[in-house]
Amino acid sequence: MSLVNIKIDGKQIQVEEGISLLQAARKAQLKIPALCYHPDLPAWAACGICVVKVEKSPKMMRACSLPVSEGLSVVTNDPELVEVRRSVLQLILASHPQECLTCMRNQNCELQRLSAEFGIRDIPFEMRPKKLPKDESTTSIVLDPSKCVLCGRCVSVCQGMQNVWALEFLSRGDQTRIAPAGDIQLDDSPCIKCGQCSAHCPVGAIYEKDETARVWSNLMDPTKSCIVQIAPAVRVALGEAFGLEPGTLTTGKIYTALKMLGFKAVFDTNFGADLTIMEEGSELVERLTKHPEKLPLITTCCPAWVDYLEKYYPEMIPHFSTAKSPQAMVGALTKTYYAQKVGLDPASIFHVSVMPCTAKKFEVQRDQTMHSSGFQDIDCSITTRELARMIKQAGIDFLNLPDSPADDPLGEYTGAGTIFGVTGGVMEAAIRTAHYLLTNQEMGDVNFTPVRGIEGIKEATLQVAGKTLKIAVAHQMGNIQTVLERVKAAQARGEELPYHFIEVMACRGGCVGGGGQPYGATDEIRLQRTQGIYKDDSISKERCSHKNPSIQKVYREFLGHPLSEKSHHLLHTHYVPRPLYRK
Amino acid sequence: MFVQAPESIQFSSELDDFIEEWKNRPGNLIMVLHRVQEEFGYIPRAAAIEVAHRLGVNLAKIYGVITFYHFFKLTKPGRNKIQVCMGTACYLKKGEDLINELENILGVGLNTVTDDGEFSMEAVRCVGCCGLAPVLMVGKDVFGKVTKAQLPEIVAKYRKA
Repeated sequence: MSLVNIKIDGKQIQVEEGISLLQAARKAQLKIPALCYHPDLPAWAACGICVVKVEKSPKMMRACSLPVSEGLSVVTNDPELVEVRRSVLQLILASHPQECLTCMRNQNCELQRLSAEFGIRDIPFEMRPKKLPKDESTTSIVLDPSKCVLCGRCVSVCQGMQNVWALEFLSRGDQTRIAPAGDIQLDDSPCIKCGQCSAHCPVGAIYEKDETARVWSNLMDPTKSCIVQIAPAVRVALGEAFGLEPGTLTTGKIYTALKMLGFKAVFDTNFGADLTIMEEGSELVERLTKHPEKLPLITTCCPAWVDYLEKYYPEMIPHFSTAKSPQAMVGALTKTYYAQKVGLDPASIFHVSVMPCTAKKFEVQRDQTMHSSGFQDIDCSITTRELARMIKQAGIDFLNLPDSPADDPLGEYTGAGTIFGVTGGVMEAAIRTAHYLLTNQEMGDVNFTPVRGIEGIKEATLQVAGKTLKIAVAHQMGNIQTVLERVKAAQARGEELPYHFIEVMACRGGCVGGGGQPYGATDEIRLQRTQGIYKDDSISKERCSHKNPSIQKVYREFLGHPLSEKSHHLLHTHYVPRPLYRK
Repeated sequence: MFVQAPESIQFSSELDDFIEEWKNRPGNLIMVLHRVQEEFGYIPRAAAIEVAHRLGVNLAKIYGVITFYHFFKLTKPGRNKIQVCMGTACYLKKGEDLINELENILGVGLNTVTDDGEFSMEAVRCVGCCGLAPVLMVGKDVFGKVTKAQLPEIVAKYRKA
């Protein structure tokens, strides 16, 4: 990497050649104001707020899309630049509804923040707010194009990062809007509900479908027993909503808060993750030893990924693990095993899951197998963001809460369960148990680091029981295609498979970077959250799913053994090809 | 890619050949869409889906293109397409009066099709013969220095007997 000398506001600095001026300025302790720019995405120069003056150039340039070169000299702030930025903001505000107080992003909006920082007190232009209908067709996210500032992040995320192509700019000029092809409803489009558009939207134009009111009303209902479970990635991110550093582990405080909110029992999705490993690990061993034609095995914990595969790669369905996701497994056991154990009528249970994910809202009702208990196994799924709001509405002093434990028996988890929240985690957890199932011996060191990290596609091999196990891990939906095409090419040529086992998560970094997590995720924040997850793993008493005492108990008392008939009925699902477009 | 069109559509063999010829060439999408519109008079959704399938282009991209360019139509125009020029010269020569008068005669305004499907009218920018302003086109026929009084006769000429 060659370095170049540039001058920013008279200060000489050395930076890598070719990075944008916006990035370079960070090294000179300057955060050039910007709206459309997001570090996850290629610069698109849509908003014009990051303008700077370049020496010897007659016009202002956008810092986000100005690559640095030797000798570049820029001015990033002077009264004229501030005035230009103010005007740009005022123009955006002139076509933006003035609904801040009742907006989902109130106090958490990038446009509102810039407007406050620039002291905008009036808008000297004719107000021309857009009036376009909301799209509330999906179970997961709401699209409110009237609030859209056309920054283009959601389109870039949906097409580039995720390769889903549900969203596109339609029309032109002041008619431009964000919509699926042909102004159809999002639910009839290829949308996989991953919610990355909502996580990247700077304003209130795309957001999670808020179901807190439904949760509150069931918590109030004396005939209902509300039971909750929390996902691995929630515990390292919820704290951010209360000012804690990303990655701070707040598991015990979350359990306490949930009990204060009125949940009768607090379970942990990590228990479900351990159970998923028992079923999926056994499935892997079965395919390796008896059904090699069904290899590679592909993980299915991620509902956005499931939706993607059913739409884009239905021919790969036979390779999908039939094991349900951890969320769904805890749901199924709550209304069967647990209800019987404590003598609760499953009809009276209202089961809520707290997930870092918008697609989980879709999963809880995706098909009939989500009613395996005879009722909808999980009644409602809320995101990390929604739980943060509920805790605040209840006036709970989250930061000063004492820790409390989760409830037995669906609350106990191992380190293997908790790492489901990061990319590579499901693979690592599966390896820990598959090794034991194949060799009857524990791994010497349970840390399997080749699958860790933010790289989009990770490959590794592992020697188990005299065999070479070839694995791949992919995250961020757009990276999946490469892995699947390799498999399909090998299949078509009748060659040896490139992989035996593939883990897929739709969101960058895995669930820690999920579409329902607190706003503002960047790779830096994803890494902090990831470190929190691995810390939770390393401090766990048991680090392999098969050593979870509660898992052993559930099999002993209820399920029998992995892949048993009861397991198949309650803990497994199936997949069907779905059209990309329903209209 | 798994694209299932809600309804199937038949392309003419000429269009099939054209798509085959352009399939792997850069910039093919707009070329193909032009031909599709030539064949159907607009871009039916089933045709857009078929084009997505044949060219391996995402449907979202196709809609991005066909909604960006005014030339592409998403709804079926009338059998006779009347285009009234509102470019600078025709605008100054009261092209708008022609639109108003046509609205009286046809009973429908801009960008709408008459109930019998015979006519639709749209305003266009310069058609390239400003010396003849005000100008209108019916299909591919150009009428220059048009007066309001001539309009009933022009419409009658194209109405199916």
